[in-house]
Amino acid sequence: MSIASQDTAIRTGRVTRMLIYLVLLLFALFYMLPLYVMVVNSVKPLDEITGGGMMNLPQVLTFEPWAKAWSSAQIGVEPTGLSPYFWNSIKMVVPAVAISTVLGALNGYVLTKWRFKYDTIVFGLILFACFIPFQIVLIPMAKMLGLMGLAGTTSGLVLVHVVYGVGFTTLYFRNYYAVFPTELIRAAQIDGAGFFRIFWRILLPSSGPIAVVSIIWQFTNIWNDFLFGASFAGADSQPMTVALNNLVQASHGVKEYNVHFAGAILAALPTLLVYIVAGRYFVRGLMAGSVKG
Amino acid sequence: MANTANADFKTRLQTWLPKLVLSPSLALMLVFVYGFIIFSVYLSFTDSRLLPSFGWVGLENYSKLWRLSHWETSIMNMGVFAFLYIGICTFLGLSLAIFLDQKIRGEGFIRTIYLYPMALSFIVTGTAWKWFLDPGIGLENVMQSWGWTSFEFDWIKNSDFAIYTVVLAAVWQTSGFVMAMFLAGLRGIDNEILKAAQMDGASNWNLYRRIIIPQLRPAFLSAFVILSHLAIKTFDLVIALTGGGPGRATELPATFMYSYTFSRNQMGIGAASATIMLMTIAAIMIPYLYAELREKK
Repeated sequence: MSIASQDTAIRTGRVTRMLIYLVLLLFALFYMLPLYVMVVNSVKPLDEITGGGMMNLPQVLTFEPWAKAWSSAQIGVEPTGLSPYFWNSIKMVVPAVAISTVLGALNGYVLTKWRFKYDTIVFGLILFACFIPFQIVLIPMAKMLGLMGLAGTTSGLVLVHVVYGVGFTTLYFRNYYAVFPTELIRAAQIDGAGFFRIFWRILLPSSGPIAVVSIIWQFTNIWNDFLFGASFAGADSQPMTVALNNLVQASHGVKEYNVHFAGAILAALPTLLVYIVAGRYFVRGLMAGSVKG
Repeated sequence: MANTANADFKTRLQTWLPKLVLSPSLALMLVFVYGFIIFSVYLSFTDSRLLPSFGWVGLENYSKLWRLSHWETSIMNMGVFAFLYIGICTFLGLSLAIFLDQKIRGEGFIRTIYLYPMALSFIVTGTAWKWFLDPGIGLENVMQSWGWTSFEFDWIKNSDFAIYTVVLAAVWQTSGFVMAMFLAGLRGIDNEILKAAQMDGASNWNLYRRIIIPQLRPAFLSAFVILSHLAIKTFDLVIALTGGGPGRATELPATFMYSYTFSRNQMGIGAASATIMLMTIAAIMIPYLYAELREKK
């Protein structure tokens, strides 16, 4: 269900087409507006913003807000800027994405090529877990992390993100492997290839596209997570989203809007880059996962 | 003799291996999802306050919950928010997809612009809209500085209208994604039927109304399921955009649960509200997943 470039048979008149282009353009402006506001105001001195010039291009170009947001803005009690939190997020995202993707690939492989009694029920249980409101697990999770000695740590957050991400990665790999010819697997079995050998030699080499999807999906979701970060992170494991929120909501002192905007872009940059570089696969994967199911 | 035993062990290992590989994930699910759900639901029947405690109080938390005006506000807001958010996203997504499906030049570029908000964190979205809608420095101030001195737009600070700013930001974030879902659906429709209908003199309007849109049923269903589930989970956007305010004007069940559990030390009531959220999502998801899984057998 990728977005093919095939066109419709619908024919439209010239005036209609002009109107369509106009509407599409207006909406493009609507979607660009917040990004424009963030970028333009992140390179302005503060008084240009407060003086009613939010929509104007900067008269004085300054990168000080960026420097400040990165390395010296007051976050919570420490004037550290967002940089330590950026690295906290990286340290949390990389292992969580890797582990959940590997587990998802193995689960998808078992659920499609080594079917057993009740495997649909098992898949149903895994699938429903994708959609629970996380509020229902917050209290026991806080207690469990405490019992495991992981409260307030990056490892604890990695565990949380793996647990609640593995449903989606399993879903992706299962849908992808479901259309993979089972005859190939049977043939390899007859030749004496075992469970892991078949996975390693036959399925894995053709899993590139779905692995990309799974990685992008997990990366975006975990990087952008706020609820788990706000609930379970300690002072030195807080992710970027939580730090950004602390920066923006700080009630003391002058509100430095330009620094807030620069910080917001810093927090958005990794996922935006991923989207721009690999967005095509992302959309294709979302379609495969949601429309086809 | 030893050889056959060895081979036997190997075959048996091969039959067990798949289940063995699946078991860690399944165990995680059973404990961290289903075990935790049972624990939370159980807590909703106890007198837990700051910490979990196991004194059984029956339905007391639920009856307290439904008497709280704070919860009533959250539920009312949820209704308004979900209705508008799902409705507008679906309408906008479908319209934009239909427009974009007319052999548009630069389609790929436009699609990228419509979709990029999906990649952002709700905290980023919330921050951007928060200051853009702020009457002091945002739209209102800009319009006034451009000479329209009577221009007023203070919805974000106005308790009667603040919830609509949450709708606006949420629609901005997800409508492009809904557009992509409908576009994929449109591209899957057989052109031959359309050509035949055109031959019979059907107008474009009728083509869409009678033939194309009815065929998009699966896309409508997926969009509804995804959007309603996103709506119920909405938390970070409210935190970043309005902080639940002004006053409690934009509280949603998710923010209610968080503040009752973690800042007001009313864990029993928090657990009760989380249980209600779960039930709502389950009521939507279970029939959908059941139908999906049955189809595939």
